Amino acid sequence: MILRSGFRHGVHPADSKHLTENVPIRRMGFPTEVVLPLRQHAGKPARVLVARGDKVERGDKIAAADGFISAPVHASATGTVAGVELWPHPDGSMAEVVRVTVERYSPQIPRPRLVPRWEGLSPEEVVKAVQEAGVVGLGGAAFPTHVKLSPPPDADVELLIVNGAECEPYLTTDHRTMAEYPERVHFGTRVMMQCLGVDRAVIGVEKNKPDAIDVLTATIPDDLDITILPLTVKYPQGAEKMLIKAITGREVPSGKLPMHVGVIVQNAGSIATIAEVFETGLPLVERIVTVTGPGVKRPSNLVVPVGSKLRDVLDFCGGLTDDVTEVLFGGPMMGAPQTDLDVPIIKGTTGVVVLTRAETERHPVYPCIHCGRCLDACPVFLNPQLLGSLAQVGRYEEMEASHLADCMVCGACSYVCPSNIPLSQMFSLGKAALQKMATKVA
Amino acid sequence: MSPETILGSMAILGGVGLTFGVLIALAHRKLAVWEDPRLDVVADMLPGTNCGACGLGGCRAFAEATIKGDIEPAKCTTMGQEERHDVAQFLGIEAGEAVALVARLLCAGGSDVAPRKADYFGVESCGAAVAVGGGGKACAWGCVGLADCAVVCDFDAIYMNDVDLPVVDLDNCTACGDCVDACPLDLFVIMPVEHHLLVQCRNLLEGDAATDVCSVACNACERCVMDAAPGLIEMQSGLAVVDYDKIDLAEPAVIDRCPTRSIVWVEGAQFPLERETLESMVA
Repeated sequence: MILRSGFRHGVHPADSKHLTENVPIRRMGFPTEVVLPLRQHAGKPARVLVARGDKVERGDKIAAADGFISAPVHASATGTVAGVELWPHPDGSMAEVVRVTVERYSPQIPRPRLVPRWEGLSPEEVVKAVQEAGVVGLGGAAFPTHVKLSPPPDADVELLIVNGAECEPYLTTDHRTMAEYPERVHFGTRVMMQCLGVDRAVIGVEKNKPDAIDVLTATIPDDLDITILPLTVKYPQGAEKMLIKAITGREVPSGKLPMHVGVIVQNAGSIATIAEVFETGLPLVERIVTVTGPGVKRPSNLVVPVGSKLRDVLDFCGGLTDDVTEVLFGGPMMGAPQTDLDVPIIKGTTGVVVLTRAETERHPVYPCIHCGRCLDACPVFLNPQLLGSLAQVGRYEEMEASHLADCMVCGACSYVCPSNIPLSQMFSLGKAALQKMATKVA
Repeated sequence: MSPETILGSMAILGGVGLTFGVLIALAHRKLAVWEDPRLDVVADMLPGTNCGACGLGGCRAFAEATIKGDIEPAKCTTMGQEERHDVAQFLGIEAGEAVALVARLLCAGGSDVAPRKADYFGVESCGAAVAVGGGGKACAWGCVGLADCAVVCDFDAIYMNDVDLPVVDLDNCTACGDCVDACPLDLFVIMPVEHHLLVQCRNLLEGDAATDVCSVACNACERCVMDAAPGLIEMQSGLAVVDYDKIDLAEPAVIDRCPTRSIVWVEGAQFPLERETLESMVA
């Protein structure tokens, strides 16, 4: 097996992680109200099980998974259901949520052991327990973890890669998780390895997190074949396909999944969460979020109850400075801009980045000068310049023929463009337009 | 170069040309496909805009279909009544019944009545704005106002008014449906001009939650449902929905008690080009 072959192309944005990389994880207090969207994961939204006025305890299931590629939602605080209604969702739409008024003087002690102990469970029971605990990928896409744990029988998976690259600027969620809870990362890796029946795991960590690399290396369990692999710092190394290329040298074919090249990738934070739910017996009701950026008075790494409103989280971090212009969920390269401070932190929220006037200064957009820098930046070897000019005139079918589907909207092309052309936004537009055409035909 | 070489090559090339010319001429006769001579004439009479409103792939396809008798000339919404009759007369068929169709916007939330909660900077296109989290309007269902529909319209029938709402020009609109496809929020519908009753809102919130994000949003008070003929208007998840199968029962009085003016009786264009204030409209 090739280790550390690297991947070609990519960019080197300033990582700006100094704000929070040495700040220990703190716990945020319970807000007065939590808002739990039924759609927090990739796949079908969950089916609501409660109604207005119901009492719920921390960890109670309030919405059930609707199908295999779906995940349940659990109450993240003890309280009363104030309503099942439409509420702003981090993706900009209005989505159905369960609003829970948190009981003020509750000790917030959950019912004991909602998730069974891991010892002695068969792989099928582990998959079931992981699904029932509502565990999804915490790296952003929120793909249900139990689906990853049950690959089709014909898939020949032989390597587990733990994604600790965290290549997005500003974010330090996985970094702090790995540095502070290395045993959890290793325990989660053990669970996944046993479930998938693989005997080798690689934890890929970018070299800008030396403390995490040291701690992880020092705590490798004796009976597991785990390699901690320091990776060169480069964006977008945390993208699944780039990471596989960087570590194994294998290229995942277009339209195929990592398991087709014998690999399963799981994000470090999600792996630690698997360990956490088995350790504490509590389903996924809280997550670690980096709240950072020059616009936050006290940048922090926080354990936040899922469903806390952005407003409460920012208040806990000392509030905003006066010159704030933009609040992002996720990092500055791929994050989603927020238009409402009442949106809830959901399972897939890796971080909150608050930018000020200095970072969001708008530069005029000039015509393309065909310099080709975007071609050198694109990690999946597309032609962003061609795609961009097709998007500009609405020729979406031709964009599809030019492999728009392989674009993961990482933003590397927009980042290097000397004419400031918002290329990746136009690709999002193209993807949305093609999606609409497809649903119209169907 | 000797004259023989020049003459020789001229003879060879000329001979080759002549041979192929004869072959092509023969092939043209032998393999000719008969085409109805009326096709070119009818195609010339059609507007030639290839707008697609008839549901066929362009004007020539429409001409073929009319000659075959598959479609009536009246199904071309771009032609005027006179041209339709010309086509019908030429083919010796009936022009058919023409239902005047027009594009209507299911939103009245201009910048004067629907507040913003964020500013949007980026690609000047509704689709691009919606793809990255919305255009910043407080109402998630409302018109983004970046004119994707006006750009896509081939007939200059849509222009943006001073409150960033698209105004449809009834004279120019051919009901081709390009705006329906262009709108990322599906706010445009094609409907008969004769259908005057229209709910200009897609907001699913109820009560104050709805009016907080837009003062002309449907707040699901159900007054129009009570005032209308039974079954004409129904309240579906926080929004009044007109059943256009029963549109004959509609009366202008239905809209009288609407507190937000979200249900309207439109004759002509939905919005004026210059809209002073909402008050003047209500009064």
